[in-house]
Amino acid sequence: MAKAKTNTEDYLRMYRQMVRIRTFEDNANQLYLSAKMPGLTHMYSGEEAVAVGICEALTDDDRITSTHRGHGHCVAKGAEFKEMFCELLGKEEGYCRGKGGSMHIADQSHGNLGANAIVGGSMGIATGSALRSKMLGHDDVTVCFFGDGATAQGLLYEVMNMAALWNLPVIYACENNGYSEYTKTEEIAAGSITARAEAFGIEAFKIDGQDVLAVNELTQKLVARCRKGEGPFFIELETYRYHGHHVGDINREYYRSKDEEKDWKENRDPIIRFRGWLVEQGIASEEEIEAMNAEIEKDATEAVAYAEAAKYPDVSEVDMHVYAD
Amino acid sequence: MRNITLSQAVNEALAEEMRRDPTTFIIGEDVAEAGTPFKVLSGLVEEFGTDRVIDTPIAEPGFMGMAVGAAMTGARPIVDLMFGDFIFLIMDQLCNQAAKIHYMSGGKLNVPLVVRTNMGATRRSAAQHSQSLQALVAHIPGLKVAMPSSAYEAKGLMKTAIRDNNPVVIFEDKLMYQDKAPVQEEEYLIPFGEANVKREGKDISLIATSSMVQVAEKAAEILSKEGIEAEVIDPRTIVPLDEKTLIESVKKTSRAIVIDEGHQSYGVTSEIASRLNEKAFYHLDAPVLRMGAMDVPVPFSPALEDITVPTPEGVAENARKLCSGELIHAA
Ligand SMILES: Cc1ncc(C[n+]2csc(CCOP(=O)(O)OP(=O)(O)O)c2C)c(N)n1
Ligand SMILES: [Mg+2]
Repeated sequence: MAKAKTNTEDYLRMYRQMVRIRTFEDNANQLYLSAKMPGLTHMYSGEEAVAVGICEALTDDDRITSTHRGHGHCVAKGAEFKEMFCELLGKEEGYCRGKGGSMHIADQSHGNLGANAIVGGSMGIATGSALRSKMLGHDDVTVCFFGDGATAQGLLYEVMNMAALWNLPVIYACENNGYSEYTKTEEIAAGSITARAEAFGIEAFKIDGQDVLAVNELTQKLVARCRKGEGPFFIELETYRYHGHHVGDINREYYRSKDEEKDWKENRDPIIRFRGWLVEQGIASEEEIEAMNAEIEKDATEAVAYAEAAKYPDVSEVDMHVYAD
Repeated sequence: MRNITLSQAVNEALAEEMRRDPTTFIIGEDVAEAGTPFKVLSGLVEEFGTDRVIDTPIAEPGFMGMAVGAAMTGARPIVDLMFGDFIFLIMDQLCNQAAKIHYMSGGKLNVPLVVRTNMGATRRSAAQHSQSLQALVAHIPGLKVAMPSSAYEAKGLMKTAIRDNNPVVIFEDKLMYQDKAPVQEEEYLIPFGEANVKREGKDISLIATSSMVQVAEKAAEILSKEGIEAEVIDPRTIVPLDEKTLIESVKKTSRAIVIDEGHQSYGVTSEIASRLNEKAFYHLDAPVLRMGAMDVPVPFSPALEDITVPTPEGVAENARKLCSGELIHAA
């Protein structure tokens, strides 16, 4: 997966992964709206180019840590719809046997160390994973995803300091979607976000998170440099979440205007942009793209139906996994 | 008397105290325009402005520490901690700083602040948004802990907490925000350390906190149909604890079950049960039972989550066994 993305197949996979994320989220939202999903969930729609651009530069050995808004990271890192929907519905066949749910999906087989319901809660974990990589002489890299809001957590500064001191192979990926819950980023973050990393001597980049190729190209370079011992790095990705903070956040005009949402959706959508580019470059025809979309939609519909019919864990599982054997 | 929701009751208590004392202010995440995710604080920023209803970045240890400093120097901060689970992030400021400063300074410095936060599972919010962590806080000398069981208590205890000269942590059950109860229009306060006997009975004492009071009351109803008269007692604050009322009740009934939504081991139920054992042992006809949440992280799946917390049926079943003299020692 880590080869240079110079061929048709790689481009098409990036497109496919972005559409898979969007489709997953549309279905998850539908499950919520039809009261079939327990609890709430946070949609990744709009931010697809961030997760896909980054994860397509990683191998299965590379690790990521994810956030409460984690479905996108999970899909991008290689997860399957079926196990994901089962987890969202609390079913036994879910990635975490229904114990974690949306906010805690982890997919060990693809190096996803897990979503996290504590904002900033995974920064130590990601940096520790990088410490292990270096200590044991491995060459895998860890990407730590977190939001703009999470830059307010002190933990970030403790671990960035150590990562910089010890040249750890970790990339801090700040998904700046302009908001943390119901508050605009400029009201909660003083000064520049990238300057926070630069203060520790960490090379930091600010890029358009709606441009999957730009994200992928930068990440490939940084991953290669991390493997050579030149880490850590910091990327701030400008992006946007299309839905509310969570699926229940529907009347949100008091903090975010409809015009602003419309502008991002119509003029900066990562999938529309990339699709246009694929067609323009002759990499795929409109028909091929439509066929791909339809196939993904079908996959999702089948996975949802499967998950709805799947069984809940047996009650005897409740006290399993508190301690490891 | 009018009925208002627990959420409105908290809102009124805060508004009244903020009108009364200009040194009070609220600080936390999305407390102003958003009025918190549970909308408990809606309207306060309109009255008191953003200087006294302060939205913070997501920096719990930071704003908790600032509240301690402000409290030590003449203000009365009300810290809004969005989820009780985030107590783990503020533990140092709360337990090493706020709790100890009055003592360490030989009584010279006070830390009059309130942390209002929540507890309670079965909201399908999984392991990091469902915990009931009152026992951790109650363990630390210097902190007071209030656990309102209805809108009435929520208002009266909040007002007392704000006027108290110590750090007080209030745990609201997040499933109860929309529950209504009669709350008088006239001002009232509920003193700390005064338990409330919700229902009188002679056969068994059900001592329950917060939402578990409802569970105990439902159990008492089930039991009364079977001829068992349960007494339901709500301690209202677990620090200070009204031992006297609890002990008197147990002396009368000679049996007790203690119910709290925190984990059962090393928890609130253990503490209360052992005090009853120490102080009412010769009046007991059966071991005092503890019923807390199962000792597991709260699972997401509804099929698992629902069995981790005490239910009215479970309480009634245990009460029946205690009253019929059935041996229920675990070993
Ligand atoms: C320690 C902690 N504080 C507060 C919260 C409540 N909370 C959940 S998501 C969120 C906003 C996070 O914003 P950001 O990091 O920008 O991520 P986004 O939701 O925008 O993806 C908040 C405050 C939490 N889960 N954990
Ligand atoms: Mg954000």
